[in-house]
Amino acid sequence: MGQITLKQVTKSFGDVQVIPPLDLSIEDGEFAVFVGPSGCGKSTLLRLIAGLEDVSSGSIEIDGAAATDIPPAKRGLAMVFQSYALYPHMSVRKNIAFPMKMAGVPEDEQTRRIEAAASALNLTDYLDRRPGQLSGGQRQRVAIGRAIVREPAAFLFDEPLSNLDAALRVGMRLEISELHKRLDTTMIYVTHDQVEAMTMADKIVVLRAGVIEQVGSPLELYRAPRNLFVAGFIGSPKMNFIEGSEATSRQAHTIGIRPEHIEVTSEGGPWTGRVGVAEHLGSDTFFHIHDTGLAETLTVRAPGEVSFRHGDKISLSPREDQIHRFDAEGLRIA
Amino acid sequence: MARAVTTRRKTINSLAAWTVGLLIFFPILWTILTSFKTEATAIADPPVFLFFDWTLENYSVVQERSDYMRFLWNSIIIAGGSTLLGILIAVPAAWSMAFVPSRRTKDILLWMLSTKMLPAVGVLYPIYLLFIQLGLLDTRIGLTIVLMLINLPIIVWMLYTYFREIPGEILEAARMDGAGLREEILFVLTPMAIPGIASTVLLNIILAWNEAFWTLNLTAAKAAPLTAFIASYSSPEGLFYAKLSAASTMAIAPILILGWFSQKQLVRGLTFGAVK
Repeated sequence: MGQITLKQVTKSFGDVQVIPPLDLSIEDGEFAVFVGPSGCGKSTLLRLIAGLEDVSSGSIEIDGAAATDIPPAKRGLAMVFQSYALYPHMSVRKNIAFPMKMAGVPEDEQTRRIEAAASALNLTDYLDRRPGQLSGGQRQRVAIGRAIVREPAAFLFDEPLSNLDAALRVGMRLEISELHKRLDTTMIYVTHDQVEAMTMADKIVVLRAGVIEQVGSPLELYRAPRNLFVAGFIGSPKMNFIEGSEATSRQAHTIGIRPEHIEVTSEGGPWTGRVGVAEHLGSDTFFHIHDTGLAETLTVRAPGEVSFRHGDKISLSPREDQIHRFDAEGLRIA
Repeated sequence: MARAVTTRRKTINSLAAWTVGLLIFFPILWTILTSFKTEATAIADPPVFLFFDWTLENYSVVQERSDYMRFLWNSIIIAGGSTLLGILIAVPAAWSMAFVPSRRTKDILLWMLSTKMLPAVGVLYPIYLLFIQLGLLDTRIGLTIVLMLINLPIIVWMLYTYFREIPGEILEAARMDGAGLREEILFVLTPMAIPGIASTVLLNIILAWNEAFWTLNLTAAKAAPLTAFIASYSSPEGLFYAKLSAASTMAIAPILILGWFSQKQLVRGLTFGAVK
């Protein structure tokens, strides 16, 4: 079980309030991702749940029991750190065994769980090495192994992939997702990478300056962002925002349209522009369009084989049903 | 970018370093040489350097006259004990300053160090009286406590700088893994800080071994360490330079050997963790 509830939780460092009163509920077995730009308080929020920071006010409940004043060691949560935080003086085996040693798990049961975790994480051959002798990806797996064996109520991940190179990151992302499917344990995952959030989460919590901007499934956030911040943060490349007559004609202060919802043709669309930089990814091409009279640059996604050149005049057709409307405060107009 | 070092510059630097090194070492060398001279050669004018009749006579006289082993044993117990006691107190203190600092941590550290600037003789009288009251005069336990106290600021400072190099996330990981404060310090922090603790221990054994003010003033016979052993040969009634030198050589030999074999740790210790 791993149901976590935050009620009116705040956190201040000295006179600076980094988390204003905040309510949040994470259901048992859910994969929740905290996402936001750096300094938005997402790691602080995770550390509050872990117990590594004390809340300034408010309460935290784990499985319905008050956990606010319980030290991290007794909360039954496991955490994977960005720096892996392995014990450098212990072998991989001892690293993984450490939480079980602390919990007083019998020796043979320890061995059984270490073997199981090691084989699940491809670490069997490395059990007697020290962390210093492992690659980044292997260290990350040891950190995960150390978290798994204590059979926690929930896993907390603090930007676990940001120290890995791009290729490894994709692989580990899948491994963590599969781990979640297999264990069916609550996971809370902090990242600044919206792609990780979109691909892994059951529930995304978008944070800015300690305030929850929106909570929802990846597709809810993609389809119906509550405000300009969420609209701009979720989705890659980011949504185009247009103000002025195009917006007022649709009874909005700002309209937003995603790059994938604008069609590029040589002529015939309602908007026109000139091709700037074209980014060819093979499967897709992203055009940065200038001189539209709508915004400085519009980003547009086109199929891979479209071949407009730098400086070509083109025409753009937005999909009307995919235009998001926002009022002067930046809030979504239904 | 590294500064370009010319051969000439290197030679000058080496010469300067050797000169300073030899100047510092000369008194010790002279003491050792004198310990092998006869009393007459020891005060010869002009002094003789290497070419004299080497003799072990002084050593046998010193051996006969006083119980070297007893002084040595007292030195070992007092230096070792005070260092061990200091470490036990300093590890938790340095832990809290390094990992849960408050706004006053820096001030406390400086204040602790400032106690080292107090002239020891200034507190001799009160401590002497306390020792009489508590029956600690001329006891090993009394000296162990005093030496621990005077070296504690240095132990805390050194451990603090070493602990600061240990990433806090590893200790947080231990907390998440179910370790209480005791387990965290015992199983994670201390093993990781072993090199730092080792050099702290070494330096403090040397400091305690060489400490002469308190050991001379608070002991008479029973608990007297090697410093008192040396002092007993600087008698005012006669000039026995050679015997004094032999006693000194015997007193510093153990610590000289220990220092020689642990140079690396000591250098690291003396630079207060600044050199990796």
